[in-house]
Amino acid sequence: MRGALFVLARLARDRSALVGLVLILALALAALLAPVLATHPGDVFEIHPAKRLQPPGAQHLFGTDRMGSDIYSRLLYGARITILIGVIAVGASLAIGVPVGLAAGYYHSWASDLLMRVSDIFLAVPQVVLAIAIAQTLGPSLPNVILALSVTYWPWFARLVYAETRSLEKEVFIESTAALGASPLRLIALHVLPNVASPIIVRASIGMGFTILTAAALGFLGLGPPPPTPEWGRTIAESREFLPDAWWYAAAPGLAIFLTVMGFNLLGDGLRDVLDPRIRRAGGAVRASAVNADV
Amino acid sequence: MRALALVLRRLVWFPPTLLGLLAVTFVISRVIPADPVALVAGETATPAQVAALRSQLGFDRPLPVQFVDYVGRLARGDLGTSLYTTRPIADDLASRLAATIELTLVAMALSVLVGIPLGVVSALWRNSVLDHALRVITVSGLAIASFWLGIMLQLLFAMRLGWTPLNGRLAGFPPRGVTGLYLVDAVLAGDWAAFTAALGHIALPAATLAFPALATLVRFTRAGVLEVMQSGFVLYERAMGLPPSVIVWKYILRSALTSTVTQIGLLFGILLAGAVVTETVFDWPGIGTYAVNSIIRSDYNAVMGFTVWAGTIFLAVNLLVDLAHTVVDPRERMS
Repeated sequence: MRGALFVLARLARDRSALVGLVLILALALAALLAPVLATHPGDVFEIHPAKRLQPPGAQHLFGTDRMGSDIYSRLLYGARITILIGVIAVGASLAIGVPVGLAAGYYHSWASDLLMRVSDIFLAVPQVVLAIAIAQTLGPSLPNVILALSVTYWPWFARLVYAETRSLEKEVFIESTAALGASPLRLIALHVLPNVASPIIVRASIGMGFTILTAAALGFLGLGPPPPTPEWGRTIAESREFLPDAWWYAAAPGLAIFLTVMGFNLLGDGLRDVLDPRIRRAGGAVRASAVNADV
Repeated sequence: MRALALVLRRLVWFPPTLLGLLAVTFVISRVIPADPVALVAGETATPAQVAALRSQLGFDRPLPVQFVDYVGRLARGDLGTSLYTTRPIADDLASRLAATIELTLVAMALSVLVGIPLGVVSALWRNSVLDHALRVITVSGLAIASFWLGIMLQLLFAMRLGWTPLNGRLAGFPPRGVTGLYLVDAVLAGDWAAFTAALGHIALPAATLAFPALATLVRFTRAGVLEVMQSGFVLYERAMGLPPSVIVWKYILRSALTSTVTQIGLLFGILLAGAVVTETVFDWPGIGTYAVNSIIRSDYNAVMGFTVWAGTIFLAVNLLVDLAHTVVDPRERMS
């Protein structure tokens, strides 16, 4: 508990991490209070053809879409989908990747090599390519998007945890605990895991941003949840035939994606600075966000 | 000798990893769908037609036999036949390769030529206004969705200002040439009108692709330069009275760029594998657009063929990057 408070206090002093935290809180509030904040909560399903493609104004903050639905209200409900996808996909990746990485890192056997080779195969292909192939095979739906993202993201955690576990094995406290007769399970759960938690947390935050970006790309390509789901990526795809006149139709959901991903990236960078003193000492080392092109 | 052993070890792991990748695509295409044949046959096929197609495609045989057959055909360069164009997928991909290569080269050139100097400047004037401004740009580059950036660029430069064409690679006939890269062909043919037109078409998609790549390169260059600036040999060179510009651009940059070079390689691999989203937004007639059109048409074979192709290219580029790294950086050889 005191550890968490310490991290929060340190984060609050880092201006960009604070901005990230605020953005994520805003997203969470938008999702949670969508029915309250939405000016036209019914517009997730209702259509009003007479009011289609109206520019932003007092009645419709971000204008209306091709069905005459309120874009602002649909964005708020879209935040729920975004959070759902990110949390479940990253959660599932953690649930697979962390045990795999711990086991492969702790034990030295052919099975460790095999597990790491399997994760290498997944890392050998750009994530969006494999996710497209899986989502295409399974058909466009929300669970399938989450599945495709989880299947393609867990190896990142496996790799990370494996490397961190291996670097710990020569540490005196691990050797001495083993010499005292601690079982492997106890050793891994109580001594290895807490020491590899920091990079996992950092990676999870960056992973949320990355996963949300990839999910939006899948939605944009028509592989996301089907309409009338107010998914952000799909909304941008829908808007294209009404450009340049209905610019707000494309601009609003893109900004929502941008601010959300930015929030998780900034928080991840900030967490790394706080949790991983090695990086701080090196002076302006690379911040945490992963290579990211074309999603 | 050490270097050679390392190179050999990397090479030995290449075939198994590739085989693993094929196993993954095999599982996705043959095992996950409840009935892959019905998927291929389409919704209007009668049960008799599905059964006939099943034995024709060899899907009634045991899975291991099918897998061996699948790998055997891939080894001969046979990626299968597109259900939509009814042409071999390998031919479809080959005919679109030049467009993707041209776009990738221009985008990478843009991000390297702009990103590395900006990274150096950002490190030299650390915590200055310029550094902070650049950080805002790099953070944005990694948070922005490519497809949205592309659409916004189209909205502004093509639709509102009319400075560039909206999409496509060239309006008229392509310049005569051998490389298939329109910019190069136009220069070789001395056709400046075609060159300008091709440049106008490639500007927006290349900028869209370059933005996240540029952000990555600025970050890695900045970090590398900052790290090297603290090392002893820089202090020594300063003490020896070398001009700062020589120290920075000749000595610091060379040792600072190792991780940046790796990133360039990785980014190149990702983009060459098919800039799926960006190509789609700009109707760029490359491999990425082919992949997305195949998805829309449910051209199942083509999607899998593309996945195999993209994975192979990406693996090969990564291998080359690792090998280059070993050759360039002596420290890699020692460890």
